Amino acid sequence: MEAADALASAPKRSAGRRLADLFHGRRWLQVSGLLSGPLAWLVIGYIGSLIVLLVAAFWSVSALTGEVSQVWSLDNFKTLVEDSVYRTIAWRTVRIAALVTITDAVLAFPIAFYMAKVASRRTRAALVVGILMPLWSFYLVKVYAWRTMLSADGVINWALEPLGLHGPGYGTTAVWLVMSYLWLPYMILPIYAGLERIPDSLLSASEDLGASPFTTFRRVILPLSFPAMVAGSIFTFSLTLGDYITPQLVSNSQFIGNVVSSNITNNLPLASAFAVVPIVVMVIYLLIARRLGAFEHL
Amino acid sequence: MRGQRAEVRAAWLIAAGLVAAIFATGCGSSSSTGDRNTDMLQEVGKGEGELNLVAWAGYVSNPWKSDFEKETGCKVNVKVGGTSDQMVQLMRTGDYDGVSASGNATARLVDAGDVSPVNVDLVPNYKTVFDDLKDQSYNTFDGTHYGTPHGRGANLLMWNKDEVKPAPTSWDVMLDPEKAAQYKGKISVYDDAIYIADAAVYLKAHQPDLGIDNPYELDEDQFNAAVDLLKQQRANVGEYWADALKQISAFASGDDLVGTTWQYQYFALLDKGEPMASSPASQGFVPSEGATGWSDTWMISSEAEHPNCMYKWMDFIVSPEANAQVAQYFGEAPAQSESCNPSTLTSAAKAAGLPENPKFCDSYHAADPSFWKRVYYWETPLADCGDDRGDECMDYNDWTSAWTEIKG
Repeated sequence: MEAADALASAPKRSAGRRLADLFHGRRWLQVSGLLSGPLAWLVIGYIGSLIVLLVAAFWSVSALTGEVSQVWSLDNFKTLVEDSVYRTIAWRTVRIAALVTITDAVLAFPIAFYMAKVASRRTRAALVVGILMPLWSFYLVKVYAWRTMLSADGVINWALEPLGLHGPGYGTTAVWLVMSYLWLPYMILPIYAGLERIPDSLLSASEDLGASPFTTFRRVILPLSFPAMVAGSIFTFSLTLGDYITPQLVSNSQFIGNVVSSNITNNLPLASAFAVVPIVVMVIYLLIARRLGAFEHL
Repeated sequence: MRGQRAEVRAAWLIAAGLVAAIFATGCGSSSSTGDRNTDMLQEVGKGEGELNLVAWAGYVSNPWKSDFEKETGCKVNVKVGGTSDQMVQLMRTGDYDGVSASGNATARLVDAGDVSPVNVDLVPNYKTVFDDLKDQSYNTFDGTHYGTPHGRGANLLMWNKDEVKPAPTSWDVMLDPEKAAQYKGKISVYDDAIYIADAAVYLKAHQPDLGIDNPYELDEDQFNAAVDLLKQQRANVGEYWADALKQISAFASGDDLVGTTWQYQYFALLDKGEPMASSPASQGFVPSEGATGWSDTWMISSEAEHPNCMYKWMDFIVSPEANAQVAQYFGEAPAQSESCNPSTLTSAAKAAGLPENPKFCDSYHAADPSFWKRVYYWETPLADCGDDRGDECMDYNDWTSAWTEIKG
């Protein structure tokens, strides 16, 4: 009797308390609640819009207005496979992405090694600032600067003239040059982080065992820093794969992004279908990168 | 451990549910038309204080832009479009009040419902517009007016007169494979599918057995011939341009020596002191084969937030003084017949800081309908050839996919 009275006359719990009671002991609810915000952004904003875009790849379009009619068909993918120009463009984009990645790896490694193992603290700090500074400036400004440099009366031709040489001018070589420049910081930093993790004792142990510097590099440093290089390559490869502004400004070549952007008004389904190609390439690339251990070095 | 897996599972279930919801709404609903208004305005009220326009480079500039703002209190924000495709895309967003559309955009905008009919009774200056600009197939659809004329012109052949000798009189300097190879890597071509019509104009004169009449209505044989010609041209092209300012810098730096352009770039380069030349006035500014060109129309968006300001703009831009200013500034033939009064031309030139030229309208053939028969205004290619061939012509989708192939 007293227990029931005690219960009946217990103070009414406030709304906040009752909400807390709801969550108490239900861990799944707590976690879902915390995750709901970022998950909503990820799912609705990011994945959701990607799915809507990709579903459009199966639709068709009216010739006059460019309005999309939701008639299900595989015609767009058929066009991509049958018309050789799309294969040429896709291959060109992947090829340049690979070239840029290799170039940046070769350029970044010495810089990163110097920063990680040789430089004094002050030099290292100055180098980090120097590498990161271009990232603060506007992408378009950098590409336009290269456009001016590569032009017929630009600085590159002017410098090579006394040697009787000629700059590359505009074209795929120019795209390769500019992209290698743009993404270099993204390659230097992961490699620098990876090299920093190699304890100096390993290097002196290798020397003590009689290895030449080159052998040490080949058999100790390179294998240990390779996952970091793959991590950096994810940036350079994917950024080159999707870029369309640089090819437009310093060349006449069409990359995957150019085709997508020029078709987006009149033929959204075809643009979506072509956009599937870099997505598939990147998924394969990321799966390989994960196997190589790059994800621990991002 | 099991508890943790349950949380993750719950989170994924919620995520899957959200995705399914998106799918359901996305696939189920038709595109919303927002506050689309396809009625004509019946009365022009007070200005709303602002106006958002999509226009070609050089169409909305000072002094006439600031004159308009002072007169009407409508502050003008202009977004420059480089190609008709860009303009169609911008108008589709519904964020703009009006657009200066060329013929290869007008039909598409009307069909998609992005623009409203125009009540020309509310545009007093429309009465004195040249007659051969009224009721044309690119601005009047099913007897309804969809815009007011702005001006017209032909696409120019421009060259660097110090480097390109002898002075070209024909498009073959760009399109004939042998002649174009002389300037390999220095040729500038407009980056838009509509350029295929330029190849058709060339073939109309140089390969008459193809039987090309209207360069925008090409059947399969004619179309393939034009596309093949452009594929050959590709090897010699220095740059495909879609941005007027980019082309100006390319010619100024010597990256390009000859190309197809608009008067805006030509006069901008002359102003910079560059040694540019173009087909002379004696030839009507067009090479021997004729040229593609444009006749532009101001259209009002069906989702315009400032319709009163837009109608005021449409009336203002074809008023004698303003139309004379913009025509002389850009270098095109004005749409307003009264702009061709020598005194109006002179005062407009003075106001715009341009050299006085009372014979401007004569040089630009503003009042000469027979001249414009050699200029093929941009039009939207349709499957319906419009003649006894029926429906076998290439439509705009064919043109855009061919353009991707041409550029390679």
